[in-house]
Amino acid sequence: MSLDTPFRSCTDTPVLKERGQREVFCGLTGIIWLHRKMQDAFFLVVGSRTCAHLLQAAAGVMIFAEPRFGTAILEEKDLAGLADANTELDREVARLLARRPDIRQLFLVGSCPSEVIKIDLARAAERLDGIHAPNVRVLNFSGSGIETTFTEGEDACLEAMVPALPATDAAELLVVGALPDVVEDQMLSLLAAMGAGPVRTLPARRSTDLPAVGPNTRFILVQPFLGATHAALIKRGAKHISAPFPFGEEGSTLWFHAVAAALGLDRAKVDAVLAAPRARAQKSVAAVAETLRGKSIFFFPDSQLEIPLARFLARECGMIPVEVGTPYLHRELMAPELALLPHGPVISEGQDVELQLDRARAARADLTVCGLGLANPLEAEGLTTKWAIELVFTPVHFYEQAADLAGLFARPIRRHALLTPGAAA
Amino acid sequence: MKLTLWTYEGPPHVGAMRVATAMKGLHYVLHAPQGDTYADLLFTMIERRNHRPPVTYTTFQARDLGADTANLFKDAARGAYERFQPQAMIVGASCTAELIQDDPGGLAEALGLPCPVIPLDLPSYSRKENFAADETFFQIVKVLAKPMDRSEAVTCNLIGPTALGFRHRDDVTELTRLLATMGITVNVCAPLDATPADIARMGAAHFNVLMYPETAETAARHLEKTLGQPFTKVVPIGTHATRDFLAEVASITGLALPAETGLRQPWYAASVDSTYLTGKRVYIFGDGTHAIAAARIAAKEIGFEVVGLGCYNREQARPLRAAAATYGVTPLISDDYLEVEAEIARLQPELILGTQMERHIAKRLGIPCAVISAPVHVQDFPARYSPQMGFEGANVIFDTWVHPLVMGLEEHLLTMFREDFEFHDAAGPSHHGAKASVRPEALVESADASGGDISTKMNDEEAVSGEVIWLADAERELKKIPFFVRGKAKRNTEKFAADKGVTSISIDTLYEAKAHYAR
Repeated sequence: MSLDTPFRSCTDTPVLKERGQREVFCGLTGIIWLHRKMQDAFFLVVGSRTCAHLLQAAAGVMIFAEPRFGTAILEEKDLAGLADANTELDREVARLLARRPDIRQLFLVGSCPSEVIKIDLARAAERLDGIHAPNVRVLNFSGSGIETTFTEGEDACLEAMVPALPATDAAELLVVGALPDVVEDQMLSLLAAMGAGPVRTLPARRSTDLPAVGPNTRFILVQPFLGATHAALIKRGAKHISAPFPFGEEGSTLWFHAVAAALGLDRAKVDAVLAAPRARAQKSVAAVAETLRGKSIFFFPDSQLEIPLARFLARECGMIPVEVGTPYLHRELMAPELALLPHGPVISEGQDVELQLDRARAARADLTVCGLGLANPLEAEGLTTKWAIELVFTPVHFYEQAADLAGLFARPIRRHALLTPGAAA
Repeated sequence: MKLTLWTYEGPPHVGAMRVATAMKGLHYVLHAPQGDTYADLLFTMIERRNHRPPVTYTTFQARDLGADTANLFKDAARGAYERFQPQAMIVGASCTAELIQDDPGGLAEALGLPCPVIPLDLPSYSRKENFAADETFFQIVKVLAKPMDRSEAVTCNLIGPTALGFRHRDDVTELTRLLATMGITVNVCAPLDATPADIARMGAAHFNVLMYPETAETAARHLEKTLGQPFTKVVPIGTHATRDFLAEVASITGLALPAETGLRQPWYAASVDSTYLTGKRVYIFGDGTHAIAAARIAAKEIGFEVVGLGCYNREQARPLRAAAATYGVTPLISDDYLEVEAEIARLQPELILGTQMERHIAKRLGIPCAVISAPVHVQDFPARYSPQMGFEGANVIFDTWVHPLVMGLEEHLLTMFREDFEFHDAAGPSHHGAKASVRPEALVESADASGGDISTKMNDEEAVSGEVIWLADAERELKKIPFFVRGKAKRNTEKFAADKGVTSISIDTLYEAKAHYAR
């Protein structure tokens, strides 16, 4: 970035709000990673065959190692009122828990049909909690498409967990958002080295490690889609540490610095701890950025990661965002990101997929980030695409993954160059 | 309520999408909440389709429910017509929209769109994908196909192939060629690649070839009744069935039987190399049509012993029971994969012929498996030509089923030298490269489980790295890397350390190496 021109961010960029057909997943999809993250939890969707089919399709490679999720499929007799939904649910839950005695947390997950016919899963969870306590804790949240978009399912799940967390007055740092274990361990070891302890995480890998929360809890998010969880924690008295999200070297450093400032850590010590991983991340991102520099990018809305990722790609990889679509724009959580994102792209919220496709075709960006339903059709039209879902299913946070994250965007471009004679990488 | 972990069939609207996506010039307006668009990726990813399914989803949200979802539907239908200008439209509701009872058919009719609009009534809470594909195709045919003069030459319609079907694309090609050997041309193939205008001229054909009863039996019966077109009852999968099919076509048309060309399967089965296949115990599960056909091939054309036979679609229960009776086995009609798995575990077959679900069951139980039926996976859409129907289909099936097995002579050697440390039965067939390499990984895995120091248990290849020591925390970090790239990460890190003259590997070394090799 030139030092001569003052930096202009996207803070005041007007947002293009659209509604229409949305080519996105519903919140149930979050179960795919949450059930792997929480190793003693089971997610029971109360829904239709569509819900079961979605989970199966979204899991892609079917995880046949007896998945810790399932669907209680509503049948005709449930709708006609011939069967009592609660009795049916109690029976299925009892059968499930008998087969899986290792389960300690059971989430009843609402779906579109269960919401529309108004099955009261909150009360069902309470009742089942009474029956199966203390062995199993039963909670509920909605992953329905009429209320949640893709990653909002994780938000709804964590939000549901917050009121049940034990209270504490301890001054602890709480890191919120599901991360792959290896990434979480890297983060925890850096936080420990800079003296930020004690540090707790939500969600925890096992229910016995669930954090406590109270007025002296400081919390920070690692995922941008946790607006409702953010609000629930504030309601419990916890204080939020506002920061950009830990994508890329810059994002990770600003994130750690925000923690350090909030906890009053010694900045020199913090910088000493971060120096080596920062240098590594800069070096390895720079290698990948050679492929990305000067290339334009168009984001369809998917996971709410779009704005932070566009910021990383623009500032650290030299890409030029054309449009950055997000399913939902949480103004407060996104403020630090929008302040960093260079002015230029259209920021769009929501979707009318046909209109957005028209814009994507007109823009013909060097890389179009979109869902699986759009990727091959756009490739067939000659656009190079990146499946958005991979950004959620791959370890991409913090320093050691910064180059991997850039690599996810570089690979389709390199591939296109490999397969197309005469195309420039 | 019924607890389901995995399903063989999708919901009914996915069945309707299989018909809509197969066709051209038809558009489906689906009243559905946000998220139901996931179904698009079945077609664009699994089948690698280069177009979006022709489906407009109304995408209603919670806030619309109190307001006006009916108007949302009307806007979507009107917008879809304007944008896509289809020759005909089908309209319907997904499971959630069925509950709010907006009546898409009535709403669309009120719009007075300038193309035929066909309402679908697909009960989401009692029926499934195959039923709905059959019903959708029937409704389209009922509305659009009109009586007309027969073509002068003998022609037929191929009916039943859809999007996301198991080898439907290649079966159409094979049957078209096969029928050509009798001098019969295809009038219309539907739904696959047909337009609504094509459906309208189906009446010109002399008869219908019912390729897949799962998706077109109702339409075939309707066309028989209203247009007087007979339809074939034999599904030509396997050598014997293909011959029966040709005989059936000859009797319908009065044409002479053609000379058989390109058929190798009978000789391959008869050649002495195939002796070892005799009496191998096979378990067969799939959709009714493919399962019944597979059982006949297994028992009569390859010489296997059918030890179990089942299907997941109740619509085919009757013929499947009849087939099971001829092999003296108890039929299993179930869409609960746990039940299928229990049955397979009990029967301990030597080969499973099933769907992608059985492939996973087979993997868990360590039994060879070949896929014979939907539900499908990206691997079931091979780049090469690989039909199931006709004589080439019989050849393809022979190869596909024999491939998972250990080869004849190898099987003998395994029995003779079963204690050999490399050449043991757990190593799997020697022509499957990937499986044989599992062994060294398993060694590392078991070392992990014991919590011991992996460096003390290394085999010869790994002992080369003896000079470099892994510090405990770095070693723990290494174990977090997925096993299929762990070997590479380990080698890279050790090479990096050796190049740098580092003698002990810390977490930092591991990541320095990772950064060094990052591309």
